[in-house]
Amino acid sequence: MSSTFLGMPATPPRSPFGTGNLRGERKFPKAAHDELRNEQLRRNLRKATHSIRAKRLAVTSELPDWERLRDAGSAIKADTMNRLPELLEQLERKVTEHGGTVHWARDGVEANEIVTRLVKETGSDEVIKVKSMATQETGLNEHLESQGVTAYETDLAELIVQLAHDKPSHILVPAIHRNRDEIRDIFRSAIPGVDPRLDSVPAHLAAAARAYLREKFMSVPVAVSGANFGIAETGTLSVVESEGNGRMCLTMPKTLITVMGIEKVLPRYQDLEVFLQLLPRSSTGERMNPYTSMWTGVVPGDGPQEFHLVLLDNGRTAALADRIGRQALHCIRCSACLNVCPVYERAGGHAYGSTYPGPIGAVLTPQLAGMDAAKNDPNSSLPYASSLCGACFDACPVKIDIPSLLVELRHQHTEQAGTTAEKLAMKAAATVMTRPGLFTAAQKAAGTGGRVLAGRDRKISRLPAPFDGWTDTRDLPAPPRRTFRSWLASAEGEAALRSAAEEGARLGDGAVRHDAPHESHEEGNR
Amino acid sequence: MTATARETVLGRIRDALALSGPVPDAAGPAVPRAYRTGRTLPDHERLELLVDRLVDYRATVRTCTAARTCEEIAEALRERGARRVGVPAGLDEAWLAGYDGEVRRDFADLPAPRLAELDGVVTASAVTCAETGTIFLDGSPDQGRRALSLVPDLHVCVVDLSSVVVGVPEAVARLVPERPTTLISGPSATSDIELERVEGVHGPRTLVVVIRTDA
Repeated sequence: MSSTFLGMPATPPRSPFGTGNLRGERKFPKAAHDELRNEQLRRNLRKATHSIRAKRLAVTSELPDWERLRDAGSAIKADTMNRLPELLEQLERKVTEHGGTVHWARDGVEANEIVTRLVKETGSDEVIKVKSMATQETGLNEHLESQGVTAYETDLAELIVQLAHDKPSHILVPAIHRNRDEIRDIFRSAIPGVDPRLDSVPAHLAAAARAYLREKFMSVPVAVSGANFGIAETGTLSVVESEGNGRMCLTMPKTLITVMGIEKVLPRYQDLEVFLQLLPRSSTGERMNPYTSMWTGVVPGDGPQEFHLVLLDNGRTAALADRIGRQALHCIRCSACLNVCPVYERAGGHAYGSTYPGPIGAVLTPQLAGMDAAKNDPNSSLPYASSLCGACFDACPVKIDIPSLLVELRHQHTEQAGTTAEKLAMKAAATVMTRPGLFTAAQKAAGTGGRVLAGRDRKISRLPAPFDGWTDTRDLPAPPRRTFRSWLASAEGEAALRSAAEEGARLGDGAVRHDAPHESHEEGNR
Repeated sequence: MTATARETVLGRIRDALALSGPVPDAAGPAVPRAYRTGRTLPDHERLELLVDRLVDYRATVRTCTAARTCEEIAEALRERGARRVGVPAGLDEAWLAGYDGEVRRDFADLPAPRLAELDGVVTASAVTCAETGTIFLDGSPDQGRRALSLVPDLHVCVVDLSSVVVGVPEAVARLVPERPTTLISGPSATSDIELERVEGVHGPRTLVVVIRTDA
């Protein structure tokens, strides 16, 4: 189909404000502050992240071509983004040729409406669901409930989260914040007909979930899934999983509805040879996950006889318009970056407020949903939820440069922030710093003020506005009585300079002294 | 005239690409596929690698010659106490000749939930990747529809060593994309509770792999 030329390209819109699950209620530091007090959460997270880390390292280091696989994965994703329109049209054509129906959704609200309509058309008021980030992002379950349709999450961790009326806190292990005793209590109170003597042995808990869900798999006629990959060349969709709940949902019902972000398309079937190696090893630290399903449209006599694919934008095109930020769309949702992140490990997933937590969430969420959609938008704090240590970049199987993306988003945030008191103060500081006389006077005043503020312990715990952001998370030492500039101008300073110059002259042939560099360096500092 | 969602989304993508330009700047070189492909290993090494992986996943492994197929299958079924077994329509009848329980041949009109009446299922396989211990089923007549190898609690899967390849690229190259394909690496498992691995959630809780070394 030819597109109409409408003149200048317009910046695509973000995910609409106030919809879905791409924004928390509080800024990251406030939310993290509370989460950090939960010792159980921190113990659970520490144990979980460290154990997956070790497994991931073991299985990635046994492949001599791991780095070459990462290079290929990264290049395939970059190529995909450059050719997104043609690839999506090709995917649509292939799915349709094989008996599927393709729907397009501008945002999460539209996707939810499409899915609800398709479910209602089957006559069912129940759906079974395979763990899917896209439908978590759009808040599909809540929407279905408001329309009288009950959604059953079938992934064990998603089931735990759903039964506890909780939110996922990890991409791969959404109930990572719960321990076995908490899960036993949730099951005892929320699974109808469960044995009240159910204990907290993981195998027994899994068996209770199996029994509960078995009946749903056998009776509910429609399933909703996400997709890990959609192959443009062949129209093949793929779901990667462990428990078999995915196979159940993709095979048993009469109707299957798959919601897939537009960035999940891959050009060729052959590309699976790269991603089927990168994903399991990065994600669960296994050589291969127990089950992967691949299907192309409808197969007579095998599986659902009605198949719908919903292609979701919801801010992805806005991310694509950002030359640097669009890398975040390369993400294959493995969660390796969460498991290596010192900030995630301590704060947990809920502090990010979004379906996508951790380092990738901190760059993806603001791009999908924006950072300044409201006054004090919580998403504006996400690019700062990082120490920029770079562990996420090293772990990423498709080499997304998350630290650079975080810095770019910080830059965009300060640019967008408009005239704030802080900005005005910085402007005033610039004026002062270009005039030595003013600077000396200001320094003197700040020194006196600072020392008064610091008090006896010589620490400033709270700066006055607009500088209070600095002391929210750290103390500031009291300014010294004497500044460096006044010391330099004193007799003592002059003497120190003179002796340093003499030492330089003694070595004067320009030769570099290798014998005791540290000693002389330390001398100079005293 | 209002644009359809399709036109709008495709239009947004084109706008986005016009605004950001292709990344990297030029159309760029072709995807670098310098990773290992087309690997081969002698029979005994492929076998050793595959068995190591399957055992690691806690699958049960039996190796035999093609002549002993029916004895091995019968033994595997007996060991697990399976009295009623399903087979795909195209499975070689001789494979079940040694089994004294009830054999039900699957047919498309049988409602999938009724497969729960079976104690187990016996299927062939399309291709297997040794390095990851992954068996690929592709819905061929000797492997059956997907529900058949999913619902019963025991899956006895026959793998011919000639269909075992070394790595993932070699396996993907042998697949027919249009066929419904299931990759199986051990019995179903979850690590959702404190990352402790529990085998057997929704798929078959027991996977027995019969490897035929001369087939």
